[in-house]
Amino acid sequence: MERFSLDAAHLLAGGMVLVSFMMLYQNRILGLLNVFAAHAVVLSLSVAWQAYVQSAPHLFVTAAIALILKAIIIPVALHHMVLRLGVHRDIETVGGIGPTMLMGIGLVALSMVVMLPAAAEADPIAREDLALALSVILLGLLIMVTRQNAISQIVGFMSLENGLVLAATGARGMPLVVEISVAFSVLVAFIVIGVFLFRIRERFDTIDTQALDDFREGRE
Amino acid sequence: MPIVAALLSVAGLAGVAVVAPILTARRVAWATPVVYGASFVLAAVLLICGLLALLGGSAFQGTVHLPVGLPWIGAHFALDPLSAAFLVIVDFGAVVASFYAIGYGAHEEEPGRVLPFYPAFLAGMNLVVLSADAFSFLVAWEFMSLSSWALVMAHHHDEENRRAGYVYLLMASFGTLMLLLGFGLLAGPDGDYAFSAIRTAEHVPWLSGLVLVLMLLGAGSKAGLVPLHVWLPLAHPAAPSHVSALMSGVMTKVAVYGFIRVVFDLAGEPAWWWAVLVLILGAGSAVLGVLHAVLQRDLKRLLAYSTVENIGIVFIGLGLGLAFKTNGMAGAAALAVTASIFHAFNHSLFKSLLFFGAGNVLTGTGERDIEKLGGLVHRMPETAYLFLGGCLAISALPPLNGFVSEWLILQAILLSPDLPQWALRFLVPASGAMLALAAALAAACFVRAFGITFLSRPRSPAAETAHEVSRWQIRAMYALLAVCLIAGIFPGPFLDALSPVSQMLVAGAMPKQPILPHLSIIPISESRSSYSGFLVFFFIMMASWAAIRVIHNFASRAVRRAPPWDCGFPDASPVTQYTANSFAQPIRRVFGPIAFRAKISQTMPQPGDMAPARLTLSLRDLIWEFIYAPIEGAVLYAAERLNILQFLTIRSYLSLVFAALVLLLVLVATWA
Amino acid sequence: MGLILAILIQGIQMVLVLALAPGLIGFTRKVKARLLRRQGPSVVQPYRDLLRLVRKEAVLADNASWLFRNAPYLIFATTWVAAALVPTFAAGLHFSWAADLIAITALLGSARFFLALAGMDIGTAFGGIGSSREMLFATLAEPAMIMIVFTVALVAGSTQLSTVAEFMVDHSTLRVSLGLALIGLIIVALTENARVPVDNPATHLELTMVHEAMILEYSGRHLAVIELAAALKLLLYISLIACIFAPWGMARQDDGVLGMLVGVVTWVGKLAIGGFLMVLFETAIAKMRVFRVPEFVGGALMLGFLGTLLLFVSRSF
Repeated sequence: MERFSLDAAHLLAGGMVLVSFMMLYQNRILGLLNVFAAHAVVLSLSVAWQAYVQSAPHLFVTAAIALILKAIIIPVALHHMVLRLGVHRDIETVGGIGPTMLMGIGLVALSMVVMLPAAAEADPIAREDLALALSVILLGLLIMVTRQNAISQIVGFMSLENGLVLAATGARGMPLVVEISVAFSVLVAFIVIGVFLFRIRERFDTIDTQALDDFREGRE
Repeated sequence: MPIVAALLSVAGLAGVAVVAPILTARRVAWATPVVYGASFVLAAVLLICGLLALLGGSAFQGTVHLPVGLPWIGAHFALDPLSAAFLVIVDFGAVVASFYAIGYGAHEEEPGRVLPFYPAFLAGMNLVVLSADAFSFLVAWEFMSLSSWALVMAHHHDEENRRAGYVYLLMASFGTLMLLLGFGLLAGPDGDYAFSAIRTAEHVPWLSGLVLVLMLLGAGSKAGLVPLHVWLPLAHPAAPSHVSALMSGVMTKVAVYGFIRVVFDLAGEPAWWWAVLVLILGAGSAVLGVLHAVLQRDLKRLLAYSTVENIGIVFIGLGLGLAFKTNGMAGAAALAVTASIFHAFNHSLFKSLLFFGAGNVLTGTGERDIEKLGGLVHRMPETAYLFLGGCLAISALPPLNGFVSEWLILQAILLSPDLPQWALRFLVPASGAMLALAAALAAACFVRAFGITFLSRPRSPAAETAHEVSRWQIRAMYALLAVCLIAGIFPGPFLDALSPVSQMLVAGAMPKQPILPHLSIIPISESRSSYSGFLVFFFIMMASWAAIRVIHNFASRAVRRAPPWDCGFPDASPVTQYTANSFAQPIRRVFGPIAFRAKISQTMPQPGDMAPARLTLSLRDLIWEFIYAPIEGAVLYAAERLNILQFLTIRSYLSLVFAALVLLLVLVATWA
Repeated sequence: MGLILAILIQGIQMVLVLALAPGLIGFTRKVKARLLRRQGPSVVQPYRDLLRLVRKEAVLADNASWLFRNAPYLIFATTWVAAALVPTFAAGLHFSWAADLIAITALLGSARFFLALAGMDIGTAFGGIGSSREMLFATLAEPAMIMIVFTVALVAGSTQLSTVAEFMVDHSTLRVSLGLALIGLIIVALTENARVPVDNPATHLELTMVHEAMILEYSGRHLAVIELAAALKLLLYISLIACIFAPWGMARQDDGVLGMLVGVVTWVGKLAIGGFLMVLFETAIAKMRVFRVPEFVGGALMLGFLGTLLLFVSRSF
């Protein structure tokens, strides 16, 4: 059972790395949002498994937050915004998908080299999960760096944050995980709102809601 | 004693080289067959000596000390397992090349520029392998380089060939300089150049590391490691085809011999970072070489780049051997080194076969450009069949020999997770991935080469009027294909023959290969993995025979000929079929932007405008641009600046002499 | 007695894969039709097609060479030998020491080499398209397969398929590297068998032509042999995935006849499930444009490489 719980934790963490690579592979925004929703689902499964194995019920709350907020609400909201605002739906990458994925492999190798010898005194299991979590963080940064579209950069940031939550739950006894995740989610919400305010200002030259009201249709 | 016989044969080759100009000056018709025939006989004698020394054990090995050369060194020659193995490789290639050349050389316009240098080239190569002290090694190496340079310049009327000769001479001189420095460091301040003395001397670790770098630069440039490979695709196509086969198939292996001799035998205990360097260069050469090859339209240049790829594979194996040797894993090191040397042998076989095929195509059609060929399978059937065998072997397809050596290297990679160094743990799987990528690209490259040249429809009058070549050329190729097949079906004896070599180099050997009951080879142990080339071959033959028999007897064997399916548009023009460029386009599009910064641009005229549309494809050789072009620019700049020394006044020259004299006197005063 | 039994089992395996391959194709076509709300052809239709083709006269182009005439039999022979070496219902095959997973990959590579050459033989543009695209996909699919082989071999301790199968039956666990290898192998299987999203096996249109383009000029018994080889290849890949990742039910060395029968039944069941899942995926996804496929297969190469890298770094991945 010990071996099985170990393997299951590795599998779920590895699943997050896999889904991060799938995000690197996407070249359309809607596809990216769907894959991000999957990323959050895998995160919530992984956190729930940790909650079960470590017998830490507050982590179930974190898993629920990840599932509801990041797998359902945020992707659906972004989906609506993309369709309503007519955002350009192809993602332009810097450098092409092949080289980006090669860089992704390099980052995974880097996080292995950093984590595995370093945390030698810790539980070897947690060490490998931390290495995979660091890979997810670095891959999230890579998505932000190699995409020119604001939405994809936001998605990259959120996947980076998912990696942080994974790392936090992997290390036993980290306090305030729930609070930290809520704080991060609020931060992300502000960033998303900020991006759209800038877009609105670009398009309409103003964000004064009084003036914007005049642009609403059906108003005489 | 075989070594005495070998040295006498080398002297005999030198003698033939001296006699040849006399024969060609007299315009004797039988000069060509005599010279090549004599080379054939002498190379066969050398081959037998090598086989005896390798298979017969220490009874047939030995050393000889001749009082020629520098008076305080003399000249040492030795025949030990490593030199015997490479003597076999060199001389088997020489034997078939000489046989081939009896037919091919008949078409040579200026035999006087080829015949004297060919036996000299063979003599040089054999002497390098037989040398047992640094001085004779270097003299023989230079002799080999210069005679091959003369052969490259044989058709000097062509501008391309002259440029090729120039670049070759530069790179060869650079390589010899690096070797000189390396041997100098090894010999130490006392200057004892004999290999036996160097072997037993004390080696400082950082000095040995420097020697490795110098050997990589020196021997690596002759072998064709990236980034020192630039002369290879220029020089190998320029020489006559039998010489190209020798240069690609055999001379590169002499360079590999030099590397193995110094790094595994003379330089003492290796450090683990040596493996890192060798693996990086090997993996890079493998992938870059084959990427270049896929895009070439000159058949011989394609084969030359493919040589770069295979040398990369050999060096990947050698790097693995170094990694295992440093960490004391003798069995794994033996596997890696044996696989490398076996791959070197296999490559000399199928590369010679392919170059002979290219030579046949050149003789039969007068063309090297595959875009002008096609349909040769009907006009040159035997050449096509033999060339196909070479393509199958080089693409590492069972049951031929290329697959066996690559399989062994892959098995060696699977032993590497036990290596303790982190850099190696990342580099070895990366090298494995690049090796697999190179092998797949090589298959694509040779499908293209064979398909465009021999299959499909003729693309020019030269291809339509091709004729088959002489029996000498065909029979030499049959011999090579037969050995390729034997090495692929029964690789066990070949691996056993190499065990004294690996015992000498890494103090370990592969397990003795079983003859019965399975006729399979076992790299590490029976439970881990095994491969039986014979059974695979047997099953494939039985399955295809059974399918043919069953279908012909119980179903139908009727055949009707008709025009090809043309979608309703009868198309007689061969222009509409796929060209070599179009075949490579998908691969170029995927790999080109990374490896060559490939850019395609097109200009379309407006509707109604009668100007043609233009498609421009730009491919940049990044190594030439970033390494060689700056060096060229720097040298030219320095030369320009120093040119003012040519135009000074007499007073300035006198002042220079005066200043030099005063400076020397000051130095003498301060140091006395 | 043991030797004779072992050879008999190997022989049964060779006959069984040959007999079931067209049935698998028929089953997948039937399921696809049903999913698209059509009736679809009968499951035994491929057998009827093969019989019909084999009896017909072969029409060869004027300039077809001996390579064109002999390639189908070579393609069939190499694919059949490879398929005969993949454990299907019994884990220990007598001749499994003759060729391991790398050799099986290379045998399929030989089949592809001859197929691509046959495509170029006649000298039409269709054949050229098929061959050049096939070699492009192979350039990425073969290294991906080798890296997946490495991952599996590092977990199981050997590249010999019988040893791998027995190891997987004894120690079935969830491992990250095996998960990555499974996804990579599925991608490679889709690519090599010319299924949607890489190539559409049902059409002859230029847009979807890779495999069909190379065999466009073939007719009669040659076409029958090549179609049989393609069916064998699909059966090989599904059996390979089942053998490595879902090995339950396979008969071990010392199981008796009952164990063998159970093995056969479970194997046929796995083929059916594999075929069904493949068809489900095919109907749910659109075919990719050609230059998106290298990114798709490159993803499989990355996954295989990542799996190998993880195992090199730590044995417990």
